[in-house]
Amino acid sequence: MMNNNGLEGLVIKVCVGTGGLAAGSQEVIDEFNKTLAARKVRAAVRKKCVSKTGCRGFCAKDVLVDVVRNGKSFTYQLVSPDKVSRIVDEHIISGNPVEEWLVGPDYHTFHSKQTKILLQQCGQIDPEDIRSYIDIGGYKAAKKALSLDPFEVIEEVRASGLRGRGGAGFLTGLKWEFCKMSGGTPKYIICNADEGDPGAFMDRSIIEGNPHSVIEGMIIGAHAIGAEKGYIYIRAEYPLAVDRLRTALSQARAKKFLGKKIFNSRMNFDIEIKLGAGAFVCGESTALMRSIEGKRGTPRPTPPRSVNKGLWGRPTALNNVETLANIPIIMNRGAGWFASIGTKKNTGTKLFALTGKVKNTGLIEVPMGISLKEIIYDIGGGMEDKNRRFKAVQTGGPSGGCIPASYLNMPVDYESLVNIGSMMGSGGMVVMDDTTCMVEMARFFLTFTENESCGKCVPCRVGTKRMLEVLTRITEGRGKEGDIDLLTELGTDIRLSSLCGLGQSAPNPVLSTINFFREEYEAHIKDGICPARACKSLRRYAVDAELCRMCGKCFRVCPSGAVVWEKKQKAVIDKEKCIKCGACYDACPFGSIL
Amino acid sequence: MSEGKLKITINGIEAACEKDETILQVAKRLGVRIPTLCHDDRLEPYGGCRLCLVHIKGVARPLSACTTPVADNMAVTTENDTIRKIRKTIVELLLSNHPNDCMRCEKSGDCTLQDLSYEYGVDGSRLEGERWDLPVREANPFIRYEPNKCILCGRCVRICNEVVMAGTIDLTGRGFYARPDTAFGRPRTLANCEFCGQCVSTCPTGALTDKKSMGRGRACEMKKVRTTCGYCGTGCNLDLNVRDGRVVKVTSAYDAPVNHGNLCIKGRYGYDFIHSFERIKSPLIRKGVKFVTASWDEALEVMASRFKALLKKYGPDAVGAFSSARCTNEENFLLAKWVRTSLGSNNVDNCARV
Repeated sequence: MMNNNGLEGLVIKVCVGTGGLAAGSQEVIDEFNKTLAARKVRAAVRKKCVSKTGCRGFCAKDVLVDVVRNGKSFTYQLVSPDKVSRIVDEHIISGNPVEEWLVGPDYHTFHSKQTKILLQQCGQIDPEDIRSYIDIGGYKAAKKALSLDPFEVIEEVRASGLRGRGGAGFLTGLKWEFCKMSGGTPKYIICNADEGDPGAFMDRSIIEGNPHSVIEGMIIGAHAIGAEKGYIYIRAEYPLAVDRLRTALSQARAKKFLGKKIFNSRMNFDIEIKLGAGAFVCGESTALMRSIEGKRGTPRPTPPRSVNKGLWGRPTALNNVETLANIPIIMNRGAGWFASIGTKKNTGTKLFALTGKVKNTGLIEVPMGISLKEIIYDIGGGMEDKNRRFKAVQTGGPSGGCIPASYLNMPVDYESLVNIGSMMGSGGMVVMDDTTCMVEMARFFLTFTENESCGKCVPCRVGTKRMLEVLTRITEGRGKEGDIDLLTELGTDIRLSSLCGLGQSAPNPVLSTINFFREEYEAHIKDGICPARACKSLRRYAVDAELCRMCGKCFRVCPSGAVVWEKKQKAVIDKEKCIKCGACYDACPFGSIL
Repeated sequence: MSEGKLKITINGIEAACEKDETILQVAKRLGVRIPTLCHDDRLEPYGGCRLCLVHIKGVARPLSACTTPVADNMAVTTENDTIRKIRKTIVELLLSNHPNDCMRCEKSGDCTLQDLSYEYGVDGSRLEGERWDLPVREANPFIRYEPNKCILCGRCVRICNEVVMAGTIDLTGRGFYARPDTAFGRPRTLANCEFCGQCVSTCPTGALTDKKSMGRGRACEMKKVRTTCGYCGTGCNLDLNVRDGRVVKVTSAYDAPVNHGNLCIKGRYGYDFIHSFERIKSPLIRKGVKFVTASWDEALEVMASRFKALLKKYGPDAVGAFSSARCTNEENFLLAKWVRTSLGSNNVDNCARV
């Protein structure tokens, strides 16, 4: 018979964010339940002890599992179903944590420089159970806000200095005030969850990990501006987030937090989910509103601004997921506390999706104004490949800019990023090392924006197309004298004359790389060389005899029989047969293919 | 500041304006020209072509004059070096995906894109790259659509949906490959199109042209004769485009007081009868089963004597007149007056039942 010594309060928390699920967390949960039942732990504890939590950021080491036993919490990394039985036997039953599977020092350095406010709750509560959110003080802020005058709420948000986390950085309190003061009813509040930047998953993680925080933020915002109807515009490519939102909304309705006379006040407020159909431009506020209205998702010029003429021509406040998730925290802990984090003009924390050639990839939350160096080297743990040199970091997603190593000490805030030709954007951060070709990188990002252009305005529709064509010919070794000037000229005009944020920021990757890495462009055009050796068309596909170690890997991967090699012989490439596919280059461990 | 009245300056010229006006409207009133491609007075502001960008004092980014509402004390500059440069680039970009075959284009001489190319001295040849290569669509009697000449100003789509409300065409596709088209690219038929030609009337380039007048003369060769449409009582103004004494095409001007340049299928395309050999050009008098050509004097004589005889024999209630909706209001009024005063009858009617 099991006794339940030390099993009081046993909790096993398994990450069920998208990263966790992809790594197999559902199988891990099933295995835990099965094993616990088999070992009769379940019967001894007499309650459900495996719970789900949202993303805690360190996706590189998923599935992450917390085991809280006897009041002590241990975190396991890279858990797979076959590891479960040993964890149950040794740790849960016998009380000896399996040291070798616990998180390593990376996990601690990854977290030590972060300030987790939004993400703390994500890793703590069960996103599919409203009681879990209420237990940690959820919906208290909404109750409190509803007892205040709308202007008091607006003042509190304003005093906190919270700025729009969608990227533009407009003061949230001020936006609400404009909307409140704007004539015309009904008014609307919209949550923009159309997170479209490739590689960005901040908003997704918040909704998947703590959907109620967004709903609560919307309730508070609705009270502040005087809206009775809210929309959450979320992309259909986030099925898990949509499911959890639906669950959360119905649970909130059952609790009378949404619907008629919410929280027993006189306020009516409900939220409708609108699914985006995959257009990147629908993350732009005016295009998003047209999409909700059932029209073609294209932006319209402002002014008039959405706070005056937004959805259905009515005053509308549109806020990003992350912005709204901050609202309940500000109401609970006070504007002063929030403003004390970060810098004077950039308060609070910001989530970033840290990806690329960095050791610790994942979702991070840092105070505004932290330096790029701290993010990349302390939290990110430096370069993934120790032999490689940091080259640049792209912030702000495909519409952002590239920041070179010389600016590593720069603080990460709205103004500094714009001044350097990049932007905060929604918070993507792609780290590049010296194997990344900057021309190719600019081409890659422009391919995305060119493809996502809605086609409404000329500079974006034709301009990005022409820029992309120039960039493509440069990376293919067909660049011409004057191409750099042409790109600069087109980029400057497109930036200035495009209708919406998409076109206005699309040239950023090109202009910033020309600014900081002009010599790479010149090397492509004038010398026909890609300094990073990343552009396939510019490789010579010849073997450097000095570097070749005669291993024959190139010979084995070549699909066209162009590599001539025999044991203990250096490889030679037959240019006639070579199709320039790059397989030998990728296979060579010694960098001997030129 | 008095209620509703604002004061702005455009290129230093002061103007009083209403709250809801746009910069472009005020500029037009002042006689200050701002180039546009996607704007049409009949349509909602769009802001797509970006040609009308103007500089506003205190605003970092240039804004489109067609969409930006005026604000008190706004100081607008309609052209400076930066803006001229932007406009030049925009025209150049448009021409980089355009056939530039003005020499054989129907629209040459009446084409906004051609005018802008001339004004800014660009031809788009500096920008190489992909150009549309789409087939001409003209499987209908009236409207010829040459997608390669389309500049995506969206005017055809908007006039079809905002003014005519026919919903025949909409923008399809995205980005560089977006273009106006019918649903599923089907040919225009009476099932999906009214053939009012409104889209043709607003197209600033040669993308949409009237098929009936293809190759029969360009704008500069036409003498425009203004008249009133004879098809119904609305009173739309038409401009008959006359070349060598023949009506080649019908257009309408924006300053037409009733229709503001809008026309329907009949007014725009129903002009074949003018030069038809079947057209009745003189009065006909029925003799037995045959109609015999007569002079106006003869015809009027017959009518007067017959009316007189009928009036004498049966009284005024036995006679009456029926007028056509294709007559003008004035003509209809005259007929009614004549029936009531000369014939002394109230039996007067008109076929206008629409």
